[in-house]
Amino acid sequence: MNLYTEGDPIADTKAPDGPIETRWDRRRFNAKLVNPSNRRKLTVIVVGTGLAGGSAAATLGELGYQVKSYCYQDSPRRAHSIAAQGGINAAKNYRNDGDSIHRLFYDTVKGGDFRARESNVHRLAEVSVEIIDQCVAQGVPFAREYGGLLDTRSFGGAQVQRTFYARGQTGQQLLLGAYQALERQIARGTVEMNSRHEMLELIVVDGRARGIVVRDMVTGEITTDFADAVVLASGGYGNVFYLSTNAKGCNVTATWRAHRKGALFANPCYTQIHPTCIPVSGDHQSKLTLMSESLRNDGRVWVPKEVGDKRSPKDIPENERDYYLERIYPAFGNLVPRDIASRAAKNVCDEGRGVGPTGLGVYLDFADAINRLGRSVVAERYGNLFDMYQRITGENPYEVPMRIYPAVHYTMGGLWVDYDLQSTIPGLYVIGEANFSDHGANRLGASALMQGLADGYFVLPNTISDYLSAGPFAPIDESTPEVAQARADVEDRVSRLLAINGDRTVDSFHRELGRIMWEHCGMERTDAGLRKALDEIRALREQFWQRVKVPGTGEGLNQALEKAGRVADFFELAELMCIDALHRTESCGGHFRGESQTPEGEAQRDDAHFSYVAAWEFTGADQPPVLHKEDLVFEYVHPTQRSYK
Amino acid sequence: MNLTLRIWRQAGPEDRGQMVTYQVPDVSPDMSFLEMLDVLNERLTLDGEEPVAFDHDCREGICGACSLVINGEPHGPERATTTCQLHMRHFSDGETIDIEPWRAKAFPVIKDLVVNRDAFDRIIAAGGYITAPTGSAPEAHAQPVAKANADAAFENAACIGCGACVAACPNGSGMLFTAAKVSQLGLLPQGQPERYTRVIGMMAEHDAAGFGGCTNIGECAVACPKEIPLTSIGRLNRDFLKAAAIRNDTPGT
Amino acid sequence: MSRSPLRSSIGLKIVMAVTGIALVLFLIAHMLGNLKVFAGQTSFDHYAHWLRQLGAPILPGTWFIWIQRILLLVAVIAHIAAATALAVRAKAAQPVRYAHRRPVRTSYAARTMRWGGVIILLFVIYHILDLTTGTLNPLGDPDRPFANVVADFAPSRWYVTLFYTLAVVALGFHLRHGVYSALRSLGQQTPRGQRTAKAFALVFAIVLCAGFLAVPFAVLTGLVR
Ligand SMILES: Cc1cc2nc3c(=O)[nH]c(=O)nc-3n(C[C@H](O)[C@H](O)[C@H](O)COP(=O)(O)OP(=O)(O)OC[C@H]3O[C@@H](n4cnc5c(N)ncnc54)[C@H](O)[C@@H]3O)c2cc1C
Ligand code: HEM
Ligand code: HEM
Ligand code: SF4
Ligand code: F3S
Ligand code: FES
Repeated sequence: MNLYTEGDPIADTKAPDGPIETRWDRRRFNAKLVNPSNRRKLTVIVVGTGLAGGSAAATLGELGYQVKSYCYQDSPRRAHSIAAQGGINAAKNYRNDGDSIHRLFYDTVKGGDFRARESNVHRLAEVSVEIIDQCVAQGVPFAREYGGLLDTRSFGGAQVQRTFYARGQTGQQLLLGAYQALERQIARGTVEMNSRHEMLELIVVDGRARGIVVRDMVTGEITTDFADAVVLASGGYGNVFYLSTNAKGCNVTATWRAHRKGALFANPCYTQIHPTCIPVSGDHQSKLTLMSESLRNDGRVWVPKEVGDKRSPKDIPENERDYYLERIYPAFGNLVPRDIASRAAKNVCDEGRGVGPTGLGVYLDFADAINRLGRSVVAERYGNLFDMYQRITGENPYEVPMRIYPAVHYTMGGLWVDYDLQSTIPGLYVIGEANFSDHGANRLGASALMQGLADGYFVLPNTISDYLSAGPFAPIDESTPEVAQARADVEDRVSRLLAINGDRTVDSFHRELGRIMWEHCGMERTDAGLRKALDEIRALREQFWQRVKVPGTGEGLNQALEKAGRVADFFELAELMCIDALHRTESCGGHFRGESQTPEGEAQRDDAHFSYVAAWEFTGADQPPVLHKEDLVFEYVHPTQRSYK
Repeated sequence: MNLTLRIWRQAGPEDRGQMVTYQVPDVSPDMSFLEMLDVLNERLTLDGEEPVAFDHDCREGICGACSLVINGEPHGPERATTTCQLHMRHFSDGETIDIEPWRAKAFPVIKDLVVNRDAFDRIIAAGGYITAPTGSAPEAHAQPVAKANADAAFENAACIGCGACVAACPNGSGMLFTAAKVSQLGLLPQGQPERYTRVIGMMAEHDAAGFGGCTNIGECAVACPKEIPLTSIGRLNRDFLKAAAIRNDTPGT
Repeated sequence: MSRSPLRSSIGLKIVMAVTGIALVLFLIAHMLGNLKVFAGQTSFDHYAHWLRQLGAPILPGTWFIWIQRILLLVAVIAHIAAATALAVRAKAAQPVRYAHRRPVRTSYAARTMRWGGVIILLFVIYHILDLTTGTLNPLGDPDRPFANVVADFAPSRWYVTLFYTLAVVALGFHLRHGVYSALRSLGQQTPRGQRTAKAFALVFAIVLCAGFLAVPFAVLTGLVR
């Protein structure tokens, strides 16, 4: 049986043609509006309260729509955006260092390895400026200089200093700004908040997204909720790898259920791997912790020259150390982009030169920086990161070099959306990390926060009115056949999971799935590896449905049941990721395809064959998915091969 | 190492609940506290018992979900460390560890170690924001902020809303949490127009939610994983005094 | 904003602080007055007499002292009422106790304010019956305060001195946290100020204790007779 079939190409028809600088303006002008007095009659469900969902719900509420907001945590403030550390890009050019909207646009298209839509990226760059204004007005305490003005820094590969930050907690501060705006609307009654509710199904009636089925995670009750439009802002699916920097609850369920209901899923294999994470310490490990990329500004990466050199780092003399990034990439040295740093680390570990108890780690050494700058300067720059490292590993990075290893961090795949952020199901909008990212096969930092807030504050509220102006749509209720069916499906699934009563825990399956994915669909992929992974995933999925043990009942809080549902969806997603990775035989973005490399062993993109978005259609369980291609056209930034040598 | 755990088990909000003893063998010192509980839960599951429910999400000390009182100390013995960042190397072989949920009337237990912290959200909704409708913002550089104020605002903004302050306070007061938000916003020029209505609104909600009053004991700041300064409570008191005096609608104040 | 600001939990704190400070002012004056003992019998009795006449001729007779007494009484009642209200709320805010007792990680003084307050109250009642009304005093002559004091702390009545000492030490603890706490309640808000406030409260409590205890111990050791 074929792994997939190819269907008709798709096109994004919402973005106007013509000069790119005015497309967003013109789209906004052409979009139909809803009269303020009619907005009250229109209901929108927003799933997710991260940067994307939180800002969208607050803004829609402010506009006067009736918003119903959902998240699985106990409070909207805990969405995973809270964990983002580094910063957010904006083309403010406060430094007068030559930045502009066009340059941010240009850098982002390039950073996305020419797998992004120009129109969307340009809009993102335009809106970036407004985001900073908005957040400052909300009281987000960005870093400032002594003159009282905002400070910026340079971040991953950019030559201008355009990254705004709030110490190492930028995501937290931006999210709290959105959360507070959301709470204000909750108090005003325009937004109804439903925390500790997990969306388990999408309701589609007459071809339109009209509601969701949720499980109240406290009472266990399964209920339905209806609206004129549904917005998914449910974040990324990095947890398919089990070990990732994502929060434990991050899941694909919301978007996967929509995919099964007909929304196309685009570029599922695009994941971003972050080179500076704390290495795994043992089998008990439940998640990985990111150490900010900024550490590479002053730390030097090395491993021993000899294979299997188990001496402590202090005892390894200078001439027996291999500062491999500085050696291979003299121009960029320790500051090469994420994907290159990650793969280089994997390569030296594969050669057997990795350090630490597991051999999966490389040193990030601050001895030189401490000698050069003094301990206090290093402490001032990185003190809180050093403390966190010490808390987790028990080692003092001022004394012994840190150990780091790459980890899955961010997923660029997601539901396919058009310029308006609408999926292929009318009335279903997808924003933030949940959609396939504006920034393509991104290799840079500080773009995801920008996208989340751009979508939520500025883009969606403007485009959704075009759809809502046709509403309110015909009322539906529990007895509508599609509704009853969706709800019955969920109930059925829950009772099936509870009834298996096997002999393996959910986590044991998840861990095994993660290992397969990391091994074969992680940083480096090969045809043979991916085919093997597909076989293993299918076999494991079968085992899962026969042997998983979910204790307890469906009534009341049952964390094992929640996990089981998420892992079940991860299995299906994992398969699609492998198929997507298999069909994309080029090296691109964060991933290296073994079969596609330059003579020097660097990533080789294949623009002739793969300059498209791969959007997958679900055709039924165990049926091969259908591939729809959206061609990417580059009018303003012309694809070039990159080189960091 | 081998540990004995005494864990609060409570099937639901109406259940009475009790401490139950479990043995956990072979704990690695590199495990985090929550990973140690994961191990216990895996075993309970296979033994056909209900795993212990506890809140957690990011497991890197920033979301504020994790919330265990360990040997009487919210987030355990290490300073400036959330439960999820606490590692087992701080415990010793053969130790007995007591694990309980946050205790406060405003934080009712949902199950085992999971409590309901909606009260914090309601305090924020009652004024813990700056009104800035999307699109209405002036240019970010229109209003410089003195670095000292910006830094102090940040220090307070670092609160993760975990509730350890309440769990630690002998009065069950939510004052440190409230003070952190009032201070953050009150230190910024953007926060001035609503400065006094904010504090009145938030305090009214704080009291209505059933938190106790503060008598400046200071346990909250010791337990706080983000080291929110105790002095913020003074700032809250001062703003409240002023707000009560000017009753928030006197022009020119 | 249903509750009046005074009944809000911060309002109650402010009531505690203001009344506490009023009581502290009285104590300072009272301590200084007591130290007149060292100036001899006539001086002390004269001072006590002068106190009662204070305000004359604007206020006739013993008005001044009665106004002062009323103010003190109001302060004490308000202080206790606010303390009780806060205690009741604290109890309600934490209906379930921890199985593992929370260790005290700040100061014991802060944790014993309520007990300390009750001890002080009991002491003051006894003290008034002792030295103001004279009911419990071996001499009990309202016109001879010096003699009353000397009779009170006679070496044979060491237990009275002991009780006074305990009470004054309890007061010292109450004030060590109380003075710092009052400043915080009234808006002290900087880390440096906090260090100063703590140091000041400690020194103040020690000086006040020493000042009060000087009198009974002077009598006990025969320094004053
Ligand atoms: C450690 C880390 C550091 C990062 N640092 C940076 C950085 O420096 N700069 C940058 O630009 N980006 C960074 N990123 C990426 C960025 O943080 C995320 O891409 C972005 O925050 C995603 O926001 P979101 O709103 O789309 O989703 P999230 O914030 O993940 O929110 C998802 C929301 O959906 C809800 N939800 C999910 N599933 C369901 C369901 N089934 N039912 C109900 N609700 C559901 C959740 O409750 C939550 O509210 C970082 C990411 C990580 C993990
Ligand atoms: C029955 C007698 C008393 C009781 C029950 C009592 C109780 C308390 C309590 C519980 C507090 C802590 C409240 C807080 O810190 O906010 C307190 C504070 C204080 N008490 Fe007392 N007290 C009593 C008598 C006194 C006396 C006689 C004095 C003075 C001499 C005094 C001075 C203070 C001061 C200055 C404070 C600090 C106020 C504050 O914290 O804001 N108290 N008292
Ligand atoms: C330990 C040494 C003390 C001595 C020797 C002492 C002595 C006296 C004397 C002689 C009087 C009577 C004055 C008069 O009737 O003219 C008096 C009254 C009083 N004392 Fe003290 N006192 C002491 C400590 C305290 C303390 C610690 C407190 C409070 C906490 C206190 C509170 C009072 C009060 C409230 C009165 C009544 C004042 C009045 O009648 O208006 N005393 N004291
Ligand atoms: S003040 Fe500290 S302890 Fe309290 S909620 Fe905030 S972070 Fe947690
Ligand atoms: S411990 Fe409690 S009494 Fe106040 S200073 Fe902290 S809230
Ligand atoms: S789990 Fe997020 S702070 Fe501990």
